[in-house]
Amino acid sequence: MTHATMPQTEIDRTFWQRNQQTLAPWLFLMPAILFFVVYVIYPVFQSFNLSLYEWDGLGQAEYVGLRNYEDLYWEYVDRDSFYVSLKNNLIWLILYLLAIPAGLFIALFLNQTVTGIRLYKSLFFFPFVISQVVVGLVFTWFYDPAFGILNVVLGWFGAGPVNILGSESTVTYGIILAGLWPQTAYCMILYLTGLNAVNPEQIEAGRLDGAKGIKMLWYVVLPQLKPATFIAFVVTIIGALRSFDLISVMTSGGPFGSSKVLAYYMFEVSLSEYGFRMGYGAAIAVVLFAIMMIFITYFLWSMYREEKR
Amino acid sequence: MFPTPLDKRPPSARVTYQAFLPLALIAWLLPLLAVAIFSIKPGADFTNANYWGVPSSFNFIENYGQVFFNSDMPRYLLNSFLITVPTVVGAVALSAMAGFALGVYKFKANIWLFFMFVAGNFVPFQILMVPVRDLTLDLGLYNTKTGLVLFHVAFQTGFCTLFMRNFIKALPYELIEAARVEGISEIRIFWYVVLPLMKPALAALAVLIFTFIWNDYFWAVVLTQGPDSQPVTAGITAFNSEFRAMYHMMSAGSIVAALPPVAMFFLMQKHFIAGLTLGAVK
Repeated sequence: MTHATMPQTEIDRTFWQRNQQTLAPWLFLMPAILFFVVYVIYPVFQSFNLSLYEWDGLGQAEYVGLRNYEDLYWEYVDRDSFYVSLKNNLIWLILYLLAIPAGLFIALFLNQTVTGIRLYKSLFFFPFVISQVVVGLVFTWFYDPAFGILNVVLGWFGAGPVNILGSESTVTYGIILAGLWPQTAYCMILYLTGLNAVNPEQIEAGRLDGAKGIKMLWYVVLPQLKPATFIAFVVTIIGALRSFDLISVMTSGGPFGSSKVLAYYMFEVSLSEYGFRMGYGAAIAVVLFAIMMIFITYFLWSMYREEKR
Repeated sequence: MFPTPLDKRPPSARVTYQAFLPLALIAWLLPLLAVAIFSIKPGADFTNANYWGVPSSFNFIENYGQVFFNSDMPRYLLNSFLITVPTVVGAVALSAMAGFALGVYKFKANIWLFFMFVAGNFVPFQILMVPVRDLTLDLGLYNTKTGLVLFHVAFQTGFCTLFMRNFIKALPYELIEAARVEGISEIRIFWYVVLPLMKPALAALAVLIFTFIWNDYFWAVVLTQGPDSQPVTAGITAFNSEFRAMYHMMSAGSIVAALPPVAMFFLMQKHFIAGLTLGAVK
């Protein structure tokens, strides 16, 4: 297009003025994309690549093909680490979901109007705001066989003492319970907000039809809480697979590596005193990523459907 | 309302409920209450195995004084602030712009860029760990607060953009069109028309990101070491090995470390919950 063919007004406007509708979004997006690609997107691919190498973090990296994955699969390098971590990840995933019904239960309990209920709601939510490092410490003491409250309470009933974090068979469950504490609080607040928006007319209609208690909850209330349930599900799954802080603080993966999960195992392999096996660590991270990807795809697909509507 | 409001039930139900409420709360916060009690006990109580008896003296000032004046804790706290505040500003600024672009303009790559931010936000930290650590080392920013801030800004931009974009999409689009008809440039529309309307979202995100970053432990361990740059979450482990088996000190330290986000939550509760529950209601 030449200037001669343009109407007079088009010539007077600068390049920016003519094209700002197309340029502006990219201008606004540029910094965010730059940061996000450099620090998040590109590193994912780097890790994929790194998982094909053997590298101590300093010297020359050596290409080993899929050997890191073979070592993982057959557990050639660390006996009883990969599958223990994988199994624990699965336990985390399943049990962590208990935060959703537990959160709903507390939300239903607190969804009343009595004096001071606002403060009660805040205080019930409180554990979520505390850092997981402190939650881990708090629960380590809660379980402590010498002075933990748990054993004091068990003592009243003539039971105990038990050493939850010291036994290979209970340690993972003990840590998960600690994780459920803040996670339940999170789900609770999601449901409290959701319950606030439940349509009172439908409840009344349900009452007239004779629906009560559990039936009312299942057929009338829960369908309306679907958005809250979806978000609770997303954050709980992500939280379960991200579990690292609590394990690091409470047990460092012990006793005898029995409370490791993939996230912790990867860190231990790559960055702790057990060595700097970056390539091997990257392979573990890729496995974890693959598990996460199943859920990410599902979440994105659900969101995409919502967008299309 | 569900469940049935108490005033529509017999008065006995109301009394039972109000009596049960504080008990339930105490049970719920029991592990935390224990730490709070520990933090005011004198050290001698622990050597005498007087864990749960009446404290032999009330040592609130001594214990917390030690934490503030006789340990590295104030430095860790300062580091946490110097990491958290710039991250909040950076992530909110970047995502306000990105959210505006994705929420207002229609172009082909829009939905894919949006999904890139959402998907990246769910990625496990471990797959980023080695490359991000190397990048930080190469930039000469390992063991600096700047190194942590840059990463946090980048990562949080994912979640924040999701949030901002959804918020902006819900704003009345006619406002923007009217401004365009007036011939106002896109940049001015962002600054003078949209940004003022985004105040609730900005506040909600700021509080939320403050808490997330303050509580971060993983990246603090991966990218920093020592009291020069470590935030309080990582510092507390060093603090605890310094005061090994001194439970009163460890308790007081933990409470101090946990306090800023708690204060933030109670002061900005409305925004905090608005941020967390965005999308929980249709």
